[in-house]
Amino acid sequence: MFDQHSEETGLVCRGLVKSYGEVEVLKSIDLTVRPGSVLGLIGENGAGKSTFNNIIAGVVPASGGAMTLDGTPYAPHSPHDALARGVALIHQEIRRLPDLSVAENLFLGRLPLHKGRVDRASMEEQSRSVLADLGVSLNPRRPVRGLSMAQQQEIEIAKALLRNPRYIIFDEPTASLGEADAELIFEQIYRLRAEGRGVIYVSHRLDEITTLADHVACFRDGRKVAEWHETPVAKQDMINAMVGREFTFAHQAPQPSRTKIALKVEGLGRAGAFSDISFELAEGEILGFAGLVGAGRTDVVRAIAGADRADTGTIEVDGAAVRAKSPRAAIAAGIVMVPEDRKGLGLNLDRTASANITLPWERTLARFGMIRPADVRDLGQSQRERFDIRGQMGIPVGSMSGGNQQKVLLSKWLVRDPRVFIVDEPTRGVDVGAKMAIYQILRDLAASGMGVIVVSSELEEVLGLSHRVLVMSEGRQKGILSREEASPERVMALAVGDTSPILQPSA
Amino acid sequence: MSDTNHTADLSGKSVAFAAREREGHTTVTDLLKSITRAIPGPLLGLILVCIVFSWLSPYFLTTRNFINIFSQVSEIGIMAAGAALVILIGGIDLSVGAVLAVSLMVNAWLYRDFGVPFALSTLIGLGVGALVGFVNGVLSTYGRIQPFVATLATMSACSGIALFVTNGGPVTGFPDWFTNLATLRVFGIPLEMIILVAVYLCVAFWLNFRPMGRALYAIGGNEEVARLSGIDTRKVKVLVYVIAGLLAALAGLILGARLDSAHPTAGIADLLSVIAVVVIGGASLAGGSGGMFGTFIGLLIIGVLRNGMALLNVSPNLQPVVIGVAIILAVMLDRRSQH
Repeated sequence: MFDQHSEETGLVCRGLVKSYGEVEVLKSIDLTVRPGSVLGLIGENGAGKSTFNNIIAGVVPASGGAMTLDGTPYAPHSPHDALARGVALIHQEIRRLPDLSVAENLFLGRLPLHKGRVDRASMEEQSRSVLADLGVSLNPRRPVRGLSMAQQQEIEIAKALLRNPRYIIFDEPTASLGEADAELIFEQIYRLRAEGRGVIYVSHRLDEITTLADHVACFRDGRKVAEWHETPVAKQDMINAMVGREFTFAHQAPQPSRTKIALKVEGLGRAGAFSDISFELAEGEILGFAGLVGAGRTDVVRAIAGADRADTGTIEVDGAAVRAKSPRAAIAAGIVMVPEDRKGLGLNLDRTASANITLPWERTLARFGMIRPADVRDLGQSQRERFDIRGQMGIPVGSMSGGNQQKVLLSKWLVRDPRVFIVDEPTRGVDVGAKMAIYQILRDLAASGMGVIVVSSELEEVLGLSHRVLVMSEGRQKGILSREEASPERVMALAVGDTSPILQPSA
Repeated sequence: MSDTNHTADLSGKSVAFAAREREGHTTVTDLLKSITRAIPGPLLGLILVCIVFSWLSPYFLTTRNFINIFSQVSEIGIMAAGAALVILIGGIDLSVGAVLAVSLMVNAWLYRDFGVPFALSTLIGLGVGALVGFVNGVLSTYGRIQPFVATLATMSACSGIALFVTNGGPVTGFPDWFTNLATLRVFGIPLEMIILVAVYLCVAFWLNFRPMGRALYAIGGNEEVARLSGIDTRKVKVLVYVIAGLLAALAGLILGARLDSAHPTAGIADLLSVIAVVVIGGASLAGGSGGMFGTFIGLLIIGVLRNGMALLNVSPNLQPVVIGVAIILAVMLDRRSQH
């Protein structure tokens, strides 16, 4: 320990700047993370949060400014260096090696050796103890394949803890988790805070910031535009700081007349995934699918959209039976689905936005069996105008921001208006501005007479958008609630099941 | 062809030159860099190779030699057109050379030993090529066998069948009208060169303008995205393997007409050249990138290298070494021009 009394304990950043060429992405950030507290970091996509985290964690060097770590100068030149100094970053996108064991994943890159051989016994022993510290019951020998996203996220935390860091950065750890799973992560963060570690917590979910943070900072366009030392912070204040303008949460479409049924699903099921799903979706209605991650919501909508087969049940569009044996058949019947994983399932990131939008419609777009480059360009351009996509349509879609990518993805499926429009996690990883725009698009679609299904892990989103909410738990339909009945408590109660939830330890 | 390249090259050079002069620091490296960026890697490589050989050999820049180059690469080129499609969807077809052999042998065997009319035996030979392609496609899609493994198996089987039908012996004596096609010229251009160019134009048209052809890029980029977009990915993939098989059989016909004989081991050695052509042409084995223009350039690079080295009396044993270096250089140049 240093004898000198360091006036600044904590991780202190002074005038931190990052520029790429002439573009400044981070403009003089002053921010302090105290031991034993949680700093909530908010801001729209592209506000500079990730850059800030990457500098602290040694992924990229700062272009200017200085940092001190518990009173000593700190300028990590690599993630390894940052870890050695006690700063760990837990990545947003988890990348596990699925066929290696939990223990091997935890010790990846620094497997303990004993006489030149990997010391499995000690590795598993240490894994067991760090997992036990986290309160996670996982066999370190089992492969990672088949673990839930929450469990994988816990492994990521365990991996960071093995290095015994004093400061831990969480970059949207709950982005792919449901609310109950997120709770597990929160518990870990409380534990870390109680142990006197400093935590930076980045999230788009403001409720989480309200729950967790002792101190909140908001970035916009590379600047720190607001900071609150008193928590909780009013949600509206945070939103205003993020977007720099006021807006409201009213995003419901007009009540449908319920005269005509667009989609009727009866007894839909697939062994091992879900069973007995039955509902009707009226023209102009938005039906929300709520439930925890793993409840089978995505499986159900994928079966309706022909992405996977269902074993039992019938699907009718406008009263006519549909055999959704492939996405192609479902599209022909008027059912389209915007899948949840934008990068893996929705868009071809290396291709242009226009080419992505055109992809499902090429056969109908062809004239004399030919598609001309101009046709592709024109379609992209018209969708760009219709959905207010900001960015060039002729460059790879991967270079757009998350919000614009999501708009490209939505517009891809709205070239020909379908009868049933299914969106799975429509606003994951997009900033608040784009989120509001997407809500407006969904509302307008319903108002125009389409049947819309919204699957979302964000309760506020499902409840805010939907006319009715179908709640699922463990592959079963627990009930359909009307807008009036669907209080967050009621939905949550159904989602966790009527019987007390049984925690299933992994075999 | 080479003339237009040179003029394009020069005009690009002068524009870049002017721009640099305005900035007040013209260097040769800057100039070279700007040229490298303006021209796709494979084309730049071809231009460089042509310049070098025309400087080293007085015979290189003659019409007759250019026609020679095309004749020497026509079978490889036709096979490479199919292989480029397979590689574009992220697959690989190791069986092309063996398909060439088996389709030609079956054709010749039916004609000579069973008296099947030659037109019919030719159709059957093409059918054999398409059938093997179909098997490749079905195994690697519905059968869920990795294309490398599936086509390795069919390559082995086809080589065996090619030897088995005549017990390893070659077949000679095709009809005269057929072997005459090998020397037929239309307006001074050999028929095989016309066929080669026609194949590339047809495939390029399909790939760029027809919905199903365009789907190949989507499948190669991300197959699941393509499937969820309503593309019948398995059907398209099977079709691609069928096209590859059919083109290999067509290449076999050209070879048979030229040699007036069918050898059971013909074409087997061409496999690596075919893949080299596609890779030099800028395609990635991961799929999703590449095209017919690049493949054609890749073909010309291989053709020019082989031809030029022959003119310079380089030992044939050393030629594969140069091709190997060319593959690496082409891939590196291509990566540069993408940045």
